[in-house]
This record gives sequence, structure tokens and C-alpha cells, in this order.
Amino acid sequence: MTADIAAILAVDGIATGAIYVLIALGFVLIFAVTRVIFVPFGDIAAFTALTVAALELKQVPGTVGLVAALAVLATLVEVVSLLRARSPGRIPKALVFYLVLPLAAAGAVWLTAGHALPMALRIVLSLVLILPVAPLLDRIVYRPIADASVLLLLTVSMALHFALVGLGLLFFGPEGVRTETLTDATFEFGSVFVPGQTVMIVGAALLFSALLYLFFEFTLTGKALHATAINRTGARLMGIRPERAGTIAYLLGSLLAGVSGILIAPVNTIFYDSGFLIGLKAFVGAIIGGLVSFPVTALGSVLVGLLESFASFQSSAYKEVIVFSILIPVLLWRSYTTVHSEEDTEE
Amino acid sequence: MSPRTLRLVAIAAVVLIAAAPFLLQPFTITLMNYIGVFALIALGLVLLTGIGGMVSFGQTAFMGIAAYSTAWVSAIMGYSPWAGLVLAIVLSGAVAAALGAITLKLQGHFLSISTVAWGIAIYFTFGNIEGLGRNSGIASIPPISVGTVALVDSNQIYYLIWAMLIGAMWLAHNMLDSRVGRAMRALRGGNSMVESLGVDAFRIRLATFVIAAILAGLSGWLYTHLGRFISPVEFDVTRGIEYLMMAMVGGAGYLAGAVVGSGLITLLKNAVQDYLPLIAPGSAGQLEIVVYSAIFILFLQRARNGIVPYIAALLPDVVHERPAEAEPLPRRTQPAPGKVLLEVEAAQKRFGGLAAVNNVSFEVMSGEILGLIGPNGAGKSTMFNLVTGAMPLSAGKVTFDGRDITRARQRKIAEAGVARTFQHVKLRPNMTLLDNVLLGTYARTKAGFFSGALGLDAAEEKRARYEAMRQLERVGLGDKPFELAGNLPLGNQRVLEIARALAADPVLLVLDEPAAGLRKQEKAALSALLKSLREEHLTILLVEHDMEFVMGLVDRIVVMEFGTKLCEGDPASVRADARVQEAYLGGVV
Repeated sequence: MTADIAAILAVDGIATGAIYVLIALGFVLIFAVTRVIFVPFGDIAAFTALTVAALELKQVPGTVGLVAALAVLATLVEVVSLLRARSPGRIPKALVFYLVLPLAAAGAVWLTAGHALPMALRIVLSLVLILPVAPLLDRIVYRPIADASVLLLLTVSMALHFALVGLGLLFFGPEGVRTETLTDATFEFGSVFVPGQTVMIVGAALLFSALLYLFFEFTLTGKALHATAINRTGARLMGIRPERAGTIAYLLGSLLAGVSGILIAPVNTIFYDSGFLIGLKAFVGAIIGGLVSFPVTALGSVLVGLLESFASFQSSAYKEVIVFSILIPVLLWRSYTTVHSEEDTEE
Repeated sequence: MSPRTLRLVAIAAVVLIAAAPFLLQPFTITLMNYIGVFALIALGLVLLTGIGGMVSFGQTAFMGIAAYSTAWVSAIMGYSPWAGLVLAIVLSGAVAAALGAITLKLQGHFLSISTVAWGIAIYFTFGNIEGLGRNSGIASIPPISVGTVALVDSNQIYYLIWAMLIGAMWLAHNMLDSRVGRAMRALRGGNSMVESLGVDAFRIRLATFVIAAILAGLSGWLYTHLGRFISPVEFDVTRGIEYLMMAMVGGAGYLAGAVVGSGLITLLKNAVQDYLPLIAPGSAGQLEIVVYSAIFILFLQRARNGIVPYIAALLPDVVHERPAEAEPLPRRTQPAPGKVLLEVEAAQKRFGGLAAVNNVSFEVMSGEILGLIGPNGAGKSTMFNLVTGAMPLSAGKVTFDGRDITRARQRKIAEAGVARTFQHVKLRPNMTLLDNVLLGTYARTKAGFFSGALGLDAAEEKRARYEAMRQLERVGLGDKPFELAGNLPLGNQRVLEIARALAADPVLLVLDEPAAGLRKQEKAALSALLKSLREEHLTILLVEHDMEFVMGLVDRIVVMEFGTKLCEGDPASVRADARVQEAYLGGVV
């Protein structure tokens, strides 16, 4: 391996890693607030990529149907639970939140899908459409078992991921897509050419990490989320509703996954089921951060990207084997440095 | 239902299963074959997940290792599938042992995530090995032969599959009812409880993991020679969660759950494949996985314990026989009264800058009851944890019966004869009173996995059961030995913990706030019990809040405040001590 090749691999690895950073931050965010290891994160990223691609081809993206179906289901679940709790007064608000808003997003995309749209608008529409997915899944799947053990929530997450893969095939079909590049500019650093796309990816990762940091440090909502993360009961006593905090976390997570999906779509061919591996690799990064620390998670994700890049050069067939095998030592290290409470084991 | 009726029901079931090929259509038998094969891997998951509390998403990796082993041996190298079985079992067991040795120190969800990691890594390995057909897999695998008969027909291999399944169920049933099986069932109660009974929790976890992997391997071996073709896709993580679903839908806490779950999901799959194309032509394949996942999620939301408990609730209770009198288990020789049994010298425990226990020294004499008291935050519980090995000391020395136990593991301290109870009761609520107390005899008995599974431990088991029954009677809980521990009121649960501790035949009994939450009569009964134990020369160290309880019971008192020892002496002098009064009542103005 020459220095030039190493540099190219490094640039490539950092770009991949930056995408993982976005998803991994979402993992940490959602885990911290809700204790859910949201395995379907990668799927949401992949669905966003597929949405952008469909809009490019002037087709109605499958996401429209998916969001509509999830919205109807979530509304049903919410209305039934409100009726059971004998608080029908809260139904109108629930209808707005779980039915009208998601359907409005789906409707907007459905109406505009046939036209030639500028790239920026395509991206915005895709993001708007993907935004409700995670909160709706939260309402349908996780909210009824919010107090279950992390392990049970993880099992549910795995099942949900496979459901989404099936739905992905149903709504998007088996074809892989690759979208137009966001920019054709290239930069030259010494002897290494860096595509503008890579710069954008890294830039976006930095930007969102910074925004997330500012959100947590300087806004009341951010602090409320942080409080929920540390102690749900305590936060509830302080008048913070964990459900609301969860919804905000899922919205932010959706956004992060959506952005990463848009950034990865021009670089990699994305299929309906590509999300799992992307998500799991980002998850390795999140584990390096112990599912708590945002900065360490970001570093860890870049590390995973670099590892993947160099591993695929050395032995492309065993790339995945190498990347996932690294998770075990990381888990061991994390397990030794984390204090476990015995009370978390479930009967 | 008496044990005899139960045995008859079991025999009837076996006869029905044996007669099935004569009564059912060949297609149904093919389905039954797959149910049996999947029930084997699900059985492993029941032991691992439902019993042992370790959720594995990667179980298909072991199934795959076994499948590829036997396919390589039989289809590529041309040897008998039985040679393939040997390699399959050895390899899946060995890989599990290696993976387990590395990952089983992980807790809860960390462990489960690691199963996803190695599950995927192993799956990708299958698809990349040239000699194993890469992603196209291995075809024309020969059938298993018994003697000169090749088991080609589904009616023929049916007997092999179900014989293996029934055999595995029987062994698992015996094992769970044995010494190590009880330890396995106790794993979910948390490490500190299990280790306090002298159980090597890691070893039990590892053994459970290897057993589950071997069951998955057995399943993989049968699967390979049933379908006669394998490819990597059949062993990916998606399938892994399907088998987990079988175990959990059936009832992960019950051996029968594996068969019920496997049967239900396999039939459901079959029905879905039949009917989905009618409802949604063209997209049936995609919807299948959605349907299963949705069902699984619903189950996890609404009926986490699966189907078996619902069925079991409808059946009449099994009548258990009270343990019969047997030769008592060997006892320790108790040290002569009045010598130093436990010596704590200048013990220190620091958490960062905070010294929870600072330079505390005291002695416990054999045959006495020593009370360790102090106001909230005095460091009593920390001191307790230091003595029992639940926490390491920062500095100082602890000697028990002449042995330095400062650095000893909790389990070793338990083996040396220190038995403890917990401030927050740690019992196994889903085990009977008798089984909970039997856990206490773990360190006094020897039966291992094999003797337990094969039923060779009967003599020792009889003695242990008699011992447990005696302890239950001794503490006054002898009337309902087969009640579930979770059904007892708190006061009785504390007493049950003491019975469990007594079953270990301890030299020193260490009780953490045993009177907390007890009513007046219960306290009196507990006090009487502890006094009667003193009569039998048992030494007791008591950490307690309740002054009235302590004053009427103990021989000597050690008072702690702010992590240091305030004073020690007999109850009367401690009561008169001005420093103690100040600590408890505030300064006298």
C-alpha cells in the first residue's frame, strides 16, 4: 500500500464514517431518551435515499404509501388508547398530530411527484416525508411497552426492522438506486483528489453534530431531553413528559437518518434492504460511544468508516466479517467500563 | 394431576407421535419434520433466553456451522452423515465455547448485540469460502442412513427427528430439575445472588450457551439431511429472529414452549404461504415477513410469556410429593464457641473522594449474634458488602476462620461457610419455595450437567431435597413447599431467604436488615428463630435499623457513624453511650 492509496482510502473512510456519524448520533439520541436501540434507523436512511431517487425519476415514492399506512395505524392505536383512558377530549389534537400532519406531508409529495423538481426541493420533500416515520413507529410499536427492559425493546426493534424490510420491498420494489451527485466539484489536497460530495458529507456531519450539541446545551427542550435520558421518573416529576421527549428524539433521529440517506444515495447503490448493514455499522460507532457520549460516538463512527475502507482494500470479501468482528472487543471494553444495575434484569 | 397421570399423558403423547405417519398425510409429516427440526434450535433458545436470560439473535450461526460441517463431510468428502454429525456437534460446541468465553461476561443488551455481530460475521464467512460453494451453497447432500436403510422418505427421517427431539427434551427436563439446572434457572436473579450461593455464574452461563449451540447444531444437522441442500441465506440473522420468535411465542420459560412455538410458527408460515397470495397476489412474498414480524411484536407487547402459560393455567395442577426422609447431607464442623471467627482489620472503602467505610475494625466471635447498627448513611451496607465479597476493599484485611478472604471472590467466601440474605429480597419468584431453598444446597452437593441430565444424581438429589424441606420446616414455611416464592408476603420472603442461607450449612450467617418491613409478630418469630440458631452454635452478623429488635436479640453491638466505628459493646452499655445517643437523637442541648 503506497501513501497515495492510503490517503485515498482514508478520504473514502472518513466520508463513509461521516455518514455513520449521523446515524450513530441518532442511535445515541434515541437510546438515551427512550432506552430503545432503534435498529430500523438504517432502514429509514435507505428509504430516504429511495424517496429522493423516485422523485428524480418523477415517480411517486413508496414512502407516500408507507407514511399513510403508518399514520392510519398510529391514529387508530392512539385513539383507542385515549378512549380507554377516558380522555376523548385529547382526540382532536391526536388526530392532527398522528393523521393530518403525516398525511399532509404524504399528500404534498404525492401531488408534486410527477413534476420535474429542482434538486433542493426534492431533498426537502424527501426529508419532510421521512420525518414522521420514526415517531409513528414509536407510537405504534414502542409506546405500549415503554417501561419494558432494554433487552425486550431490542428484540422488538429487531422484529420491527424485519417488518420494515418487508414493507420496503413492498413499497419500493427490489431495484437498487443511485441518485444524481449533489455536486461535481472536486478539491485537490496535495496529490489527493477529494470529491465535493465527500466534503459535503463531512460538512453535514459536522454541522449536525454541532447543532445537536447546541440543542442539548442551550435550549430548554434539549435540557428536558437530557433530563429524561438520565432519569425518566425524575423528569416526569419535574413536569417533563417522557412521551413528548421521546417523540422529539424520534423526530430528530428521523432527520439525521434522512440526511444521511440523502448523502449516501449518490455514492452507494441503495436497495430496500441496504439499511440494516449501514445501520449496524453506525451502531458499532454508537457502541464505541457507549450509547451515551456524542463526541466519542462521532469519533467511533469515523473509525468504523476508516476500518471498513481499509478492510475492503485488504480483503473485500471479508470486509463485513472484519467490521462486525471488531464490535466484540469494543463491547467487552464497554461492558467493563460501564456499571450495570442489577435491577435492569427482567423477570 | 398426580405424577403417575402425568407419566401416562407423556407416554400417550409419545405413542401418538409414533403413530402419526400411519394416520397423517405425507405432506403433514413433512411439516412435522420441520417442526421437529426447528423445535430443537428453539429448545436451545428456551434454555438460553427464557431460562438463562441471555437473548441470542445469532443462533442460526451454530445451525449453519453444523450444516456446513456435515454437508462438507458427506457431500464433498464422501463420508457418512454420522461422521458429519460428530464434526457438526464438536464444531458448533467448540465455536460456542470460544465465543461464549469472550462474550458471556457481557450483560443484558450488550450480550445480545454481540450475538448480532458474530451472527452476521459468521453468516458472511459462509458465503465467502470457496470450498463451501460460496453463496450458491452445497447441493446433492446424501441422506442419513441407519444400517442399510437410507432415510430418504419423510416418513423415515420423521422417526429420527422426533426421537432426537424427545430425547433432548427429556435430558433438558432432567437437567433443569437438577442441581445445575436450578442454578441455571436462578441466573436471571442477578449475579450477586447467584454467586452468594457459591455458584460460578459464568461457568453456568457458558455451559448453557454451549448446550444451546449444540442443540442448534443438532437442528442444523437434521435440517441439512432433510432438505439435502444448503446455502448461506438459510442461516442469516433474519432466520435467527424467526427461531427466537418460535421460542418466545411458544413460551421461552418452558421446554414445551419450543415445540408449541415451532409448531405454531411453522403452521402459520404454511398458512400464510397458502392464503397471502389470495389476499395480496403479487406481493405475498414481501408481506410474509411483515406478517410474522407484526405477530411477533404483538406477542412481545401483549403476551411476553408466550402461549404455554395460558395452556398450563387450564390444566390441573401437578401434585408434588413432599420430599421423603433421607440421609442428611454432610455437615460442617462448627468452630468452638468463643473464638474469633471473623476479623475485620482497618477496612476501608472509598468511592472516589468519599470514604464510605473508613478504618473500621471489629471481630465476630463464634456462637454469638453481633449487631451492626448505625444511622442512615453510616456505611453499614457497604461494610456488609465488603465482608461478603460483593465489593472489593480499598484497604484493610478481612479474615474468616483463620483464612484471609480480603481478595476472595464472593463465591469462594460463600463456599467457606458465609451465607447471606439481601436487604432487597433476592429470590426466584417463579420457582417453588423448595427449589429456592434447594439453591442453598448448591455448594454442598456435586452433581454436574451430565449426571443431572441422565438422572444419575437421584441419591444426592433426595438428600438435598430432604435437607431443603427440613430448613423450610425449621423456619416455619413447611406447610406449602410447592408454592411459588413470588406468592409469599414480604415477611415470609425474608424468612425464606434465611432458609436458603441455612440450607448452605453456614458457619456465619450474615443478615442484611432482616426485620425491615416485618410486622410485630413476624419480628418476634424471626427473633425466636435467630435465638434458636444461636443455641445450635451458629454465628450471626446482623445489620439492622430496628433498635428494639436488635436490643432484645444480640450479644454485642458495633455502632457505625459516617463510615467509622463509633463504639462497641453489649446492648446495655451501647444504649447508655452518650455518643450513640447523639448520633441517633442529635446533640443534647
